[in-house]
Amino acid sequence: MLHLVTEISRVTFIVIFAVFTYDCFNALKKNTSEDRARALYSRQTAMIYLFLVNGNLLLYFNTLEPKIFILALAEIVFVTIAMIIYRKIYESASPAVVNNMCMLLSIGFIMLTRLDQSKAIRQLFFACIALILTCVIPLFLSNVKLIKGLKLFYIVAGILLLGVVAVAGKMTYGAKINIRIGGVAIQPSEFVKILMVLFIACMLVTDVSRKQVFKTVVLCGLMILILAYSRDLGNAMIFYLTLLVMVYAATQKPVYLAGGTGLFVLAAFVGYFAFSHVRTRVIAWKDPLSVVDSAGYQISQSLFAIGSGGWFGTGLYQGMPKRIPVVETDFIFSAISEELGGLFALCLIFICIANFLMFFNIALKINNRFYKLIALGLGALYASQVFTTLGGVTKFIPSTGVTLPLISYGGSSLMATMLMFAMVEGLYQYRGDKEEADETKNYQERYTEKRRKR
Amino acid sequence: MRQRTTRRGTQRREENAEDSRRRHTLNVETSVIAYVFLALFLAMVAYFVYFMAFKSEDFINNPANPRVKGFEKLVVRGEIKAANGTVLARTVTRNGKEVREYPKGREYAHVVGFNSNGMSGIESDKSFYMLRSHSFIVNRIVNDLKNQKNPGDNVVTTLDTKLQDAAYNGMGYYQGAAVAIDCNTGGILAMVSKPDFDPNTVTTNWKNLSSDENSALLNRATQGLYPPGSTFKVITALSYLKNGGKLTDTFDCQGSYTEDGYTIHCYDGEVHGRQTFKQAFGNSCNVAFSKVGLSLPNGALKSTAQEFLFNKTIPSDISNIKKSQFTLKSSDSKALVMQTAIGQGNTLVTPLHMALISEAVANDGVIKEPFVVGHIENDGGRLVRSHVDRTERICTEGEASTLKQLMRYVVTNGTGRVVNSSSYTAYGKTGTAEFSSNKNEAHSWFIGFAKKGRKKIAVAVIMEKGGAGSSHAAPLAKKLFETYLSE
Repeated sequence: MLHLVTEISRVTFIVIFAVFTYDCFNALKKNTSEDRARALYSRQTAMIYLFLVNGNLLLYFNTLEPKIFILALAEIVFVTIAMIIYRKIYESASPAVVNNMCMLLSIGFIMLTRLDQSKAIRQLFFACIALILTCVIPLFLSNVKLIKGLKLFYIVAGILLLGVVAVAGKMTYGAKINIRIGGVAIQPSEFVKILMVLFIACMLVTDVSRKQVFKTVVLCGLMILILAYSRDLGNAMIFYLTLLVMVYAATQKPVYLAGGTGLFVLAAFVGYFAFSHVRTRVIAWKDPLSVVDSAGYQISQSLFAIGSGGWFGTGLYQGMPKRIPVVETDFIFSAISEELGGLFALCLIFICIANFLMFFNIALKINNRFYKLIALGLGALYASQVFTTLGGVTKFIPSTGVTLPLISYGGSSLMATMLMFAMVEGLYQYRGDKEEADETKNYQERYTEKRRKR
Repeated sequence: MRQRTTRRGTQRREENAEDSRRRHTLNVETSVIAYVFLALFLAMVAYFVYFMAFKSEDFINNPANPRVKGFEKLVVRGEIKAANGTVLARTVTRNGKEVREYPKGREYAHVVGFNSNGMSGIESDKSFYMLRSHSFIVNRIVNDLKNQKNPGDNVVTTLDTKLQDAAYNGMGYYQGAAVAIDCNTGGILAMVSKPDFDPNTVTTNWKNLSSDENSALLNRATQGLYPPGSTFKVITALSYLKNGGKLTDTFDCQGSYTEDGYTIHCYDGEVHGRQTFKQAFGNSCNVAFSKVGLSLPNGALKSTAQEFLFNKTIPSDISNIKKSQFTLKSSDSKALVMQTAIGQGNTLVTPLHMALISEAVANDGVIKEPFVVGHIENDGGRLVRSHVDRTERICTEGEASTLKQLMRYVVTNGTGRVVNSSSYTAYGKTGTAEFSSNKNEAHSWFIGFAKKGRKKIAVAVIMEKGGAGSSHAAPLAKKLFETYLSE
């Protein structure tokens, strides 16, 4: 009986998620009418509920623990409230962003319950806190003066937090990422990322002189160096890419993009020859099976899981994802691909693609330069993080151990991502036509003045 | 007139405003960034699909993958079959315990492998698939309800039982290997390695087998490294022709040739006299080929050898195929250059590789990736997964056609005449490979192919210490040609 339900669910999971993904891209198409889009969004919502019901049912059949039903109920209530909150607070919010967020959270809940129930419960708890915080975001965002006034705070707090981790953090899997405060592991880099985006936006909103860019790059560069010192190479890369993107966009000079990319390649080479821990990761990436007992262990286990699962997956509880170290956090994608299938995993990648495309799309629609820079920065942040983690666990790029936003276990990561999503929706809401006048005027004046001088 | 100018002026002003607006909206930059990220992600998606389709098998079947063992609790390991359905390995229950049975025993020992005291052969390479069940869904439901194991999928090989019989019996008491490949697909028709062992009693005989001084467990067809002897002249000849040599060039053979104090002799002290390059190939003249080797520019022979997969991993669904070795540096002595040109020196090859070289000539310069598992089916015979052909060109059609002429000449007028037959067209090259200072002991080689109608078969045969290629290996090759092409 159990086997039967598992086998049927192998197909239904993929169908549910495939329909969801199809609707997502269909709704995003330019020529989709509003009515049609609304119908697609409702179907998406239905798919989220179906997925939760199907998933929890299978979890119950496997564990026979009645508390699964309580958890399932809590998840359904959570998703419902999340959708209501977004609809109330962010009236013009894009339902696609909310739906995607809820779907990814649901996948995380189901997979975490399968891997470690207590972690799933904690994850749900963190999600609730994050949801409450989301309600405050619009207040913060509407106050441009406040956002800008905190400029110094962003960078000082950012450097300090990362510095504390570098000094007091515990080395896990070759990197210092967490600090423990009262038994709770906090991952400050997840929040510092957002601080950096706000900082860069503040710095470059009106002044893009070479001196100002230099100041920005040096200060953010300091954070990146601290991360590199902590051997948190994944986050160092995410910070760097985001900085690069924002500087390029703010200055509108492709030379920064080219120069930054060149510098990145140079840094990668220097890192490779100067540090043995960087070399180890590259070797583990090139041929993990040759070092399967040491440096290649994690990535090999990840690829064993993804490969053995095949396109259709083994079915929930039928694989051995627990053999992968830190599967609940950095390697959850491999567990998903193993048990829910490669097709499911592909849909997941496409939903992540849809997310950052929507972020950038929102950035396009915002008229206010300041908000636009923030939206753009958050989009770049999300895209680079997803790329770093998915690329790492599939051996597309060397693995560096960062979390998959909204799905991986971890309060810091979850809350930071949910805040990010809320901010993007909020920015869209307050795309701030009222501020546009002086913001853009300011920049325009400087620009024309400079031209005149020339 | 004036009005027009004004209109144009307004237009320009509007354009300027538009231009300025565009400059300040950052929309171009946003789009550039979005497309860069999109490109990165699509590359990752493409890589993921590629990994799932082609690369995942390397990982799935790795012994370090803990999953394979876990499946044994849920699935009865499937069967391994010959192309005609003859069972080569199956799982039977004895005294309530599942054991593996090999009805054909020693004959298929190396290619099929064993599944006790570790794994080898197909048992190891396709373990994962035999432990998955795609049995009819109703069966699986019934088994599930009864709490019984499901039947695993069966592996169907490309092995031809008649040909395997012929190869196995033909090897007699000689140690060595014989490989036959279907040139049209790349499917392996026969693969024999001697000495052999009984896969049914691996566990009981493990101590003897694992310390056996003749390495009976070693599959010599894929892992045995032998000096190629004169069969290597196929490569030397191609290199010569690529570097300006012609079939009509003439060579003078007095039975031996000395250069820098090192003397090369022709086999059995024969003196070939004046001969064309084609005749020299047919006679397998060492003197002519030593001269050819010395005439080749630095690095030419090595580059031809590497185009023919020397020093490279042979792509195949069979794992652990040893790389054939070829080394020749510009600083090496003339003696070594001469030896290498006639297939001695430091060159080492696997029999499978030599069969593949003949296949390339047969297929006008294209090799089909060799494979031994044609498809995987469920317990009811329904197809689950089939082999995907992959081809690679390693020389031009013209080059292959010249080599064909040469190899045909060997069979019609040269050292391989014993293979000639009126019922099919055969091509080949004999070899006698010295492997020790004792010149009376040599390995007997034959590589070649034969065709009749649409059927094409390539073979490589090596009999250790069998003496001249024409006397032992060639007759077995003939037997393989006859068996396959008369079917």
